[in-house]
Amino acid sequence: MKRHELIIIGAGPAGLSAAIEAKKAGMDVIVFDENQRPGGQLFKQIHKFFGSKEHHAKVRGFRIGQELLKEAEDLGVKVELNSTVMGIYENKEVTVKQFGVVDHYKGDAIIIATGAAENMIPFKGWNVPGVIGAGAAQTMMNIQGVQPGSKILMVGSGNVGLVVSLQLLQAGCEVAAIIDAAPRVGGYGVHAAKVARTGVPLYMSHTVIEAKGTDRVTGAVIAEVDDHFQPIPGTEKELDVDTICIAVGLSPMSQLASNATCEMALIPQKGGNVAICDEHGETSVKGIFCAGDVAGIEEASSAMIQGRSVADYVAKTLGYLTDDEFEEKYEFHQNALGQLRQGMFAPKNKGRNDWTVTDEGFPISKSLLRNGYMTVEELENFPAFNYKKEGIHPVIECTQNIPCNPCQDACKFGCIKVGANITLLPQIDVEKKCTGCGMCVASCSGQAIFLVDDDIGDGYASVAFPYEFLPVPNVGDKGTALNRKGEPVCPAEIIKVQKASVMDKTMVVTMKVKQAFVKDARFYKAD
Amino acid sequence: MRISQHPIIEGYNKGKEVTFSLDGKELTGYEGESIAAALKAAGVMVHRYTAKQHKPRGIFCAIGRCTDCVMIVNGEPNVRTCITPLEEGMVIQTQYGVEPKED
Amino acid sequence: MAKVIRTANKEPFVEKPDDDMIICRCEEITKGEIRKAVYEGMRTMNEVKRFLRSGMGLCQGQTCQKLVQGIIASELKTKPSEVGMITGRAPVRPVDINTFSNNITDVKED
Repeated sequence: MKRHELIIIGAGPAGLSAAIEAKKAGMDVIVFDENQRPGGQLFKQIHKFFGSKEHHAKVRGFRIGQELLKEAEDLGVKVELNSTVMGIYENKEVTVKQFGVVDHYKGDAIIIATGAAENMIPFKGWNVPGVIGAGAAQTMMNIQGVQPGSKILMVGSGNVGLVVSLQLLQAGCEVAAIIDAAPRVGGYGVHAAKVARTGVPLYMSHTVIEAKGTDRVTGAVIAEVDDHFQPIPGTEKELDVDTICIAVGLSPMSQLASNATCEMALIPQKGGNVAICDEHGETSVKGIFCAGDVAGIEEASSAMIQGRSVADYVAKTLGYLTDDEFEEKYEFHQNALGQLRQGMFAPKNKGRNDWTVTDEGFPISKSLLRNGYMTVEELENFPAFNYKKEGIHPVIECTQNIPCNPCQDACKFGCIKVGANITLLPQIDVEKKCTGCGMCVASCSGQAIFLVDDDIGDGYASVAFPYEFLPVPNVGDKGTALNRKGEPVCPAEIIKVQKASVMDKTMVVTMKVKQAFVKDARFYKAD
Repeated sequence: MRISQHPIIEGYNKGKEVTFSLDGKELTGYEGESIAAALKAAGVMVHRYTAKQHKPRGIFCAIGRCTDCVMIVNGEPNVRTCITPLEEGMVIQTQYGVEPKED
Repeated sequence: MAKVIRTANKEPFVEKPDDDMIICRCEEITKGEIRKAVYEGMRTMNEVKRFLRSGMGLCQGQTCQKLVQGIIASELKTKPSEVGMITGRAPVRPVDINTFSNNITDVKED
């Protein structure tokens, strides 16, 4: 029997953060992870995260993973990989499968940070090879460098479905459609808009009813559903796809907590069966804690804070932090978590779909929720879109209250302001001068900021947009400007391509279009 | 298909090119990538046939959770190919139930 | 051994068109089998698990738990929370028997 003060199960965002915090406090901590590499699912997240600076906003997930790993390594945190915790027994004893043997460990405290598993929906042929989880698609393309398929149907319009769809496009795959049985797009509108403007259709109130093929997927049959989510006969449509990707949410992977006899409860807002925890993450079994998705499905950003907060509490109970030291840290973490847990997509608002106006009182776009893109008429209700200014200026199409504010820090000239409450929409200070540096465009994780100049002479206007695809457009290239739905609107010529290491692979591409199309042109397709 | 260039990712963490076999046929892949990735890149979709209904299965979760992608690796059945790194000379077989051949 | 039929339902079991759909992928348990188990008197996740082996395969219910729960609840016309969840049991991950036998227990509790 090997003893440690703290045993952490899982080296994902929550587990690693907890280990770092515990080690900093001086504790003897060991982390077990069943995988070959630490970091959990962070390394396949290649998109920029939301939040504010302290939540690593506008940093890509895998870079956050690298930072976290480095911090852990520098502190000398002991992470045992290829080590599967099989069970938790009385008196906080755990059995670990390591390299062909089963070893026994005992901790004064245990933090379960096992994360989540993907939900699935069954349909005819869902076991045919080629029907995969969205996480599988991410692993294949972003870790292994292999396309999960060539033509993909994405089932689910939550953030995972939307983000993975964009990543599939970046990996050179075709996304035939994104469907969702719900009548509204489940994820952030800005994530949907990124995909919609490339021409991917979003079909809400649709479900997949069959995967065609025997040895591999050769097509998908989708159908519209009624108010009770039942397919409407006669609305079936077959899509020519070789892969069906399922992104219908996550469930806490709480088997170990259940095995440890923690009191469990089925809480829909937390995504499923979770151990009942107090405000410090402690379960009904004293000394056993949960942190991260296993305690309730949220974002990786929240998991990292939770991990730290729970570890601090453990450190306090074991005498490594004084009450005052702990209180200070606790307040800091709660404040950071509180910022993330606000707005329309906050965990407490999960399942709510009765929003009609933003916190500012602007009407919510119905088209965004139904189709994944906004109409110009709807955008005109938003002052950060609908204002007049000579010369180049930012036009912001951020219309939902989500926790994010990098645009405010990105503008060195004070043009953009979000304020202390990071779920409020960015506002424009019309008096301030925009230099066209493009930093706001590149820093917006939602890719919802454009730089527009309504008059660059000869009846033309310019539109700068964020671009994360290959091939890279060159100045002088001629092509077609696309609207928010991905439809061609007019000819366009590339007049500027901005790349910088601070933009971290988000290029800012400027195209020249006829003035009449300045409000519609939002993306570019080479001829 | 393998992704040769990517707008965000600068490269994938892989070893040297290695050869391995699937049901006696020689294939190539990269050391350290998952067996499942090497098979997918080679166009292989079916990893096994189920015990009861004899239905084909392949990659499903790709993170070692669902166990759908198990195959016989170096004689050992039920190996999760999505989390098992590829090595030079591995002998991989399609799994029928838990056997290397159909009854 | 005679099957204990716990149902008070005198009506015959009604088949549905999607009854042949696999729900537990590991043990290849269909929706029809789960519905039938409920008809025959199984009331909770744990009962159905022991009756059919759903969730007892290699993945230990990782994929199908919520689906089985939904089917039982819908058959019983109740909420998923009413039929419970399967108890987490060690080992929570597949372990080959060879490894299992290499149990380091020689050092007793101090």
